[in-house]
Amino acid sequence: MLKLLKRMRRREVIMCLLCGVFLLGQIYFDLKLPDYMSNLTQLIQTPGTQMSDIWMTGGMMLLCTISSAILCIACGYLSAKAASGFTYGVREELFHHVTDLGQQEMLGFSVPSLITRTTNDITQIQMVIAMGLQALIKSPVMAVWAIFKILGKSWELSLVTAAFVVVLCASVAVIVSTVLPRFRIVQKLTDKINRIARENLTGINVVHAFNAEAFQNEKFDHTNTVMKNTQLKNQRTFAAMQPLMGLGMNGLSLSIFWVGAALLSSIPAADLDAKLTMFSNIVVFSTYATYVVMSFMMLVMIFMMLPAAQVSAERINQVMNTDPTIKEGHIEKGREIGSVEFRDVTFRYPDAAEDDLSHISFKVEKGQTLAVIGATGSGKTTLVSLIARFYDATSGQVLVDGIDVKDYTFDALYNKLGYVTQKAVMFSGSVEENVGFGSSIHETSPRELDKAIELAQAHSFVRNLEGGKKHMIAQSGRNLSGGQKQRLSIARALARNAEILVFDDSFSALDYRTDSALRAGLNEQLSGTTKIIVAQRISSIRHADQILVLDEGKIVGCGTHESLIQNCPIYQEIAKSQLSESELA
Amino acid sequence: MKRKFSSMGKVAAYMKSSIPVIIFALILAGLGSVLTIIGPNQIGKITNLMQAGLTGTIDMRAIGKTGIILSGIYLTSALFTFAQHFIMATVTLETSKRMRDDLAQKINRVPMSYFNKTSQGDVLSRITNDVQTLQQGLTNSLPGIISAVTQFVGCLILMFITQWRLALCVMGVTILGMFLLVEVMGHSQRYFIARQENLGTLNGFIEEMYSGHEVIRISRAGEKIIDRFQSLNLAVYNSNWKSQFLSGIMQPLMNVMGNLGYVAVCVVGAILAINGTISFGVIISFVLYVRLFTAPLTQIAQGMTNLQTASASASRIFEFLETEELSDESHKKAVLETAKGEVTFDSVRFSYPDSPEKVIIQNFSAHVIPGQKVAIVGPTGAGKTTMVNLLMRFFEINSGSIAIDGIPTSQLRRENIHRLFAMVLQDTWLFDGTVRENLVYNMEGITDEDLERVCNACGLSHFVHSLPQGFDTELTDSTTISAGQKQLLTIARAMLQNAPMLILDEATSSVDTRTEILIQKAMDELMKGKTSFVIAHRLSTIKNADLILVMKDGDVIESGNHDTLMKKGGFYCDLYNSQFDQAVSAEG
Repeated sequence: MLKLLKRMRRREVIMCLLCGVFLLGQIYFDLKLPDYMSNLTQLIQTPGTQMSDIWMTGGMMLLCTISSAILCIACGYLSAKAASGFTYGVREELFHHVTDLGQQEMLGFSVPSLITRTTNDITQIQMVIAMGLQALIKSPVMAVWAIFKILGKSWELSLVTAAFVVVLCASVAVIVSTVLPRFRIVQKLTDKINRIARENLTGINVVHAFNAEAFQNEKFDHTNTVMKNTQLKNQRTFAAMQPLMGLGMNGLSLSIFWVGAALLSSIPAADLDAKLTMFSNIVVFSTYATYVVMSFMMLVMIFMMLPAAQVSAERINQVMNTDPTIKEGHIEKGREIGSVEFRDVTFRYPDAAEDDLSHISFKVEKGQTLAVIGATGSGKTTLVSLIARFYDATSGQVLVDGIDVKDYTFDALYNKLGYVTQKAVMFSGSVEENVGFGSSIHETSPRELDKAIELAQAHSFVRNLEGGKKHMIAQSGRNLSGGQKQRLSIARALARNAEILVFDDSFSALDYRTDSALRAGLNEQLSGTTKIIVAQRISSIRHADQILVLDEGKIVGCGTHESLIQNCPIYQEIAKSQLSESELA
Repeated sequence: MKRKFSSMGKVAAYMKSSIPVIIFALILAGLGSVLTIIGPNQIGKITNLMQAGLTGTIDMRAIGKTGIILSGIYLTSALFTFAQHFIMATVTLETSKRMRDDLAQKINRVPMSYFNKTSQGDVLSRITNDVQTLQQGLTNSLPGIISAVTQFVGCLILMFITQWRLALCVMGVTILGMFLLVEVMGHSQRYFIARQENLGTLNGFIEEMYSGHEVIRISRAGEKIIDRFQSLNLAVYNSNWKSQFLSGIMQPLMNVMGNLGYVAVCVVGAILAINGTISFGVIISFVLYVRLFTAPLTQIAQGMTNLQTASASASRIFEFLETEELSDESHKKAVLETAKGEVTFDSVRFSYPDSPEKVIIQNFSAHVIPGQKVAIVGPTGAGKTTMVNLLMRFFEINSGSIAIDGIPTSQLRRENIHRLFAMVLQDTWLFDGTVRENLVYNMEGITDEDLERVCNACGLSHFVHSLPQGFDTELTDSTTISAGQKQLLTIARAMLQNAPMLILDEATSSVDTRTEILIQKAMDELMKGKTSFVIAHRLSTIKNADLILVMKDGDVIESGNHDTLMKKGGFYCDLYNSQFDQAVSAEG
């Protein structure tokens, strides 16, 4: 929590300090009141008091109250601004940080969890700051001040007050310490509940197809029950808190009067002055002692909220403290144009037992087409993802335009690349926004956008959409078919006008006709662009300048279709599985 | 105001069985506060006794007696409050658990089309956030309001009994406070609603951006996104501090009101005391009353705000719970234990319920003989996936009929139809759990030998055995597993099902063709004599199908087997030859 608070910006810190000063003023006025009260007591007890004296004292009391009210509103304003401003800043920082994280860290945290951390967890903290800031400053000051006021007036009564404070604090400490660990569990269980429900939602077809509704419900109920039981334990423990505090408050005032009465009666009857002082002391004491206990109660209120906030703060810090493993370099320009080279590249996923790619070397020149083919799990996606630095090679070098990809700034590297991911990602927004997504060296003009859509063979269906390019795409492209999404994500990469295009199995949802039209278009219109294509279909790649055949992370064949079909057994097998004898010939 | 709380009636109906317990808790809350307000009166008595003793001896016995009575009262009050909190916590937590269960179960009972218009995050948010808000609202506000009102009214009565003049003073101040409170509440409510809405929008945006993380990175969209993020974040900030400021000053303001009352009591009390109208003890008890009297106002205000937000959440929860469900089928008597596999489509017509004018399937007719392998081909968007969804009754057809073994599917229960098919879908779906759990999913009597067998058939053995714990390896988001391997796992799952018919919807699109052939062989073995439906773009996969249905724009435009269709030289022939178009265009 404290760690996170360090991220507060100067403006908020000043606001907090100012708020603190105002609060001190407010406390001063609040605590001034009982002083006047005891004055009044004296006045009433003294025979022959003038009415004007009482009015005077009353007027001062009113003044105190109004000043306190003004300061209180100012404080409320400042603390609201500071708390919201602080969370605004943290949220932005967190969002920035997450966008900087690499694939590996993202998967480590999991997307749903990161979402909760950016919204829910931050809101939790804000609530505590908003409510807690005032109480946090006010309570201790008030307690100290009040204690100071009653100090020396009567050690017996002080002792009584101290005893109550100790007992109350101890019980709060016990309650909070039993509850805190369970809060953490509840938070984790919430994540789990979220996950199970999410699973059910995404796999709704499968759930129905397997008649697994009851299975899913039971799975959900199981976690739900565990969560309920943990929460029950928490809430039931907390149920003791308020009555305990009330009992303490009431008990204290009772004890003060009771003990006070005893003290009073022990003073000899003749000493009327001493008796009077004692009596007014008791009255003042009862008020200030209540202040002491009230301050502690306020602190307790914060303690009640603090456990949840603490858990949230830890979750946020965890993300903030994770450094992206992929860091950008500072080179802006390459030595060549449109070339991609792998030099003895080996890659292993963290925690994996075996290499996913081993000793890969090849080079593609400007305008050439490189195809990558191989069995499921042979490392094709991994290979191309190294070009875009989703991961960094474990050993060896990946070079784009003659420079190691690690040395480029992100802007420089990604401006060279048009990359189509295996899974087509759509954002809610218009077709236009989706295709023109992001930024490249120069603004994409509407004409270029049209060209990209046409080249990606998306123009015919886009035209038929209601509103054409302005048609709104739903979250994750729910209102588009698989093939339509794939074509738009291809258009998005083409619109970047990149030197190098990478297609990671991005033709799989296209029918042959569209697939071939698309490739023909690419060859004609983007002949100067380097293309790297991961594919399953021989037909998609048979005319590539260079074909890499991957098997279990190793290159087992490299060359043109014609040469591979002659001398690469694995390639022959793949080809055989797709083409008829006559087609092979 | 009435509209704001309308959904609370539904909540009450939902918790019907717990209502007696809640009423009991509320009575306890009321009793607890009644006991609390007796306190000041008794303290006043003690003060009077002390004051009387100033000039003579103090009656310690009388003080002791009052003290003991008070201790008893305070203890009982604390016990009541504890019992009340305990009961409310239990009841609301039990209710919210039931609510979460109901919501989760509801997911599986609404028609599929519901999710075309509602985002996943929204449903999830109802299950977690809204239920939590409702629960907190109920736990905090109801007893709070009851005890506050009791305390308020009780105090008022006692004050008037003790000293009507002082009571009037306090009343005056309080009315001022109330007026202020209502004013502030009205304003803050607006910003609270704005805050929830802004937070929702921001949440949606973040979810999308985090999910599309890779694409944002390679598109260098960071800058643009951050602009958008900032504006959304700023909107949250603005509504945030405003709502917080207004609701935050409520309590301190009430405090000030309390102080104002305090001043009034002190001054007026002092005057009255000097006149000899009242005793000093009255002032002391009034000072305590003022605290007891103004505190409930804040509580009532907070309780109302809580109830308002709770009510907002409740309306979201019930909106989902009350969504129209899939039709009840318990009256359907027809049962197909197993099927020979004859499937007849007769003039099937279909459009999505939310856009009836856009016809997806025009007029689909086909007859499938038991044991046939049926392929559905055609360009994207032709309605291929829709057809199998209709066959599975994920959606209901508008007109026409689909019959299995002569029985229209509309006469069968949905789960009966589902039992007849093993299905592999376009989107691979795996969940967090072990490989075994993912494969065995909701099936019984699956042995390790069965697992080994299907994994061998799908070419998964090597993959599974290379995992650290084999079949017991946990699959999570962070497990690196390729798209193809995911497909293989879902295929293995369908194989284990051993159903009389099979549907493969682009089941092998991410699997390499050699593995695909292996799977094909295994499937053919498994499906010998069983009817199967296959959707595939790779025509090599379906070349050996007994019946190929070529779809375009929601209609079957050609049908037959590969050879007859090729001879016909129509759309299919075109489609098939397009695989080799590249050769022409590149060489020519």
